[in-house]
Amino acid sequence: MSGETSRRVFLQTTGAAVLGIGCGIPLVRALASEIEDEQGTGPRWAMVVDTRKCAETCGKIDGSPPCAAACHRIHNVPTKIEDPKEEVKWIWTEPYEHTFPGRDPKYLSDDLRGQDVLVLCNHCENPPCVRVCPTQATWKRDDGIVMMDMHRCIGCRYCIVGCPYGSRSFNWKDPRPHIEEVDDDFPTRSKGVVEKCNFCSEKARDSADGTWTPECVAVCPEKALIWGDISDPESELRKTLAERFTVLRKPELGTRPRVFYLV
Amino acid sequence: MIEKALGGTRRYWIWIVVLLAVIGAGTLVYLRQFQEGLTVTGLSRDVPWGFYIAQFTFLVGVAASAVMVVLPYYLHDYKAFGKLTVLGEFLAIAAVCMCMLFIFVDMGYPTRVLNIALHPTLNSLMFWDMVVMMGYLVLNVVISRVTFSAEQRKVAPPRWIKPLIILSIPWAVSIHTVTAFLYSGLAARPFWMTAILAPRFLATAFAAGPALLILICLLVRRFTGYDVGREALKKLGVIVAYAMSINLFFILLELFTVGYSDIPEHLEHLKYMYFGVGGQSTLWIWMWASGIIGLFSLVLLLVPKLRTNETLLALACVAVVVSIWIEKGMSMVVVGFVPNPFHEFTEYAPSASELTISLGIYAVGILILTGLLKVALDVRKHKPKVV
Ligand code: SF4
Ligand code: SF4
Ligand code: SF4
Repeated sequence: MSGETSRRVFLQTTGAAVLGIGCGIPLVRALASEIEDEQGTGPRWAMVVDTRKCAETCGKIDGSPPCAAACHRIHNVPTKIEDPKEEVKWIWTEPYEHTFPGRDPKYLSDDLRGQDVLVLCNHCENPPCVRVCPTQATWKRDDGIVMMDMHRCIGCRYCIVGCPYGSRSFNWKDPRPHIEEVDDDFPTRSKGVVEKCNFCSEKARDSADGTWTPECVAVCPEKALIWGDISDPESELRKTLAERFTVLRKPELGTRPRVFYLV
Repeated sequence: MIEKALGGTRRYWIWIVVLLAVIGAGTLVYLRQFQEGLTVTGLSRDVPWGFYIAQFTFLVGVAASAVMVVLPYYLHDYKAFGKLTVLGEFLAIAAVCMCMLFIFVDMGYPTRVLNIALHPTLNSLMFWDMVVMMGYLVLNVVISRVTFSAEQRKVAPPRWIKPLIILSIPWAVSIHTVTAFLYSGLAARPFWMTAILAPRFLATAFAAGPALLILICLLVRRFTGYDVGREALKKLGVIVAYAMSINLFFILLELFTVGYSDIPEHLEHLKYMYFGVGGQSTLWIWMWASGIIGLFSLVLLLVPKLRTNETLLALACVAVVVSIWIEKGMSMVVVGFVPNPFHEFTEYAPSASELTISLGIYAVGILILTGLLKVALDVRKHKPKVV
């Protein structure tokens, strides 16, 4: 941004503050977002989690399922932090009742009760985390991926407060001593910034056709995770969505998650 | 003018040294937090905001409440507040400074905090909060300086200051409204997602702020002999009485909507807050204390005979401040996070480090207020008697 533009932006914002219209902006944005999103022609990434396959394959293992272990390994996630209050995690499991709250737990089918469900950032179509961030350190790319700029983040944690899914982690302390084994292909983080799943967007670097397979999807022995372009009606992902019944986490909030669940 | 802050009696200097010691302790602990990260606090994945942000919220209210003396004096030409307005403005300045410090110490990456200004983000309420807080600080500094120096030279304040004074009135309302919007627009946190949050913030602000001001006036009179006048204190007492009643009414409105609609997502937070359901913390005891102390203050405030007794008025004011501080400074922020989005109850209690740093910031605010008052009162030729 040139000096002149940033000066103008600054003047505009201050002017707007004086007029007190600031409060209207998220509203206008929220109304406009219905029209605004899903424009453009490129791919838009999304995922389907087959919870039954997950349960059959990994339901019995202790600790992290292979997908989570792989993700955390290649992304230098500090898994050695033991205190659950300071944990950093990109993908993990939560009991079904906690992932999809609001159903009467008493009459839940036996196989769902207590079943572990994979959770990760939903890469919401209308992400509240992006709406609240004061520095645009988290933003939504044209391909739908909600990204983090760990060099801009000021650690205010407003995004964590705004995310209805608990998808984000904050580095309460320096994460580096708590990484199992540092992978030089991916940056490590410093204390005081927020991080989360990035749909493995770094893999785009080594891809010729601009597509890639996220690590968690690739390592799953049962292919319980389906990843693909939701704007392409021919993709396996879209076909799955068309054929089978899927649910979303808290769809009533209007965030429009892009991680779907087969139950 | 500044040199006025530097001459003083022994009592004054002991007071300053005590404040500096507390600030020193807070700074040392902050340096540790700066080194090690926010791990030194009691915050967690599930409760990412706590004591710091709560103090910020409470103090925004104190800052905004200056409007309660500025408005009658300047808009209605209510002369009895003449000697009070400058105190109100000073309190606002000190409160805004504390607010900014509380935000600063809450940052995970404090050296990047200017990114809020470098990448202005119109859709973030945090950005707007920064804009209105800065503006409010500037307004109050300019207004108090200009009116004060005019008074000193025994001339009428320049005419251009009047529009700024008028502007400061809606501006004061805006700082607390925007602060409420910080919370009340989040689908993720049903506890805060209520349109009455901003009005409630204002009601608590207009009760706790003037109550604090009354206490400060009484202290100032005791230690310096500067008297704002019985009339002014009485009127402030009436303002506190009204605001506190409205606050209580708003709480009942909230309880009705959440209780009668019976939507678990909303109700659970209240159950946790008032009965500790689901958790282990003792927060609910504090909340009951807050309620009882609040009702007690209301009795003292609503009966004119009691309210006009200065000792009882002081007692009522302490009760108001304590009751509202528990609600805003302890529970309001935290309860929004319990239970978390996964329906788990993670408790939070501020750590010793958090409390020390917070005390340090309060000491900074008190130091600012002391300095400003000292200068103003010395200039006004009310020689300090004891302080
Ligand atoms: S799941 Fe949370 S972090 Fe991910 S995009 Fe949605 S709101 Fe943002
Ligand atoms: S913690 Fe970082 S990413 Fe999150 S809202 Fe604050 S600046 Fe944005
Ligand atoms: S998509 Fe990539 S970053 Fe996200 S959980 Fe899977 S492996 Fe981790």
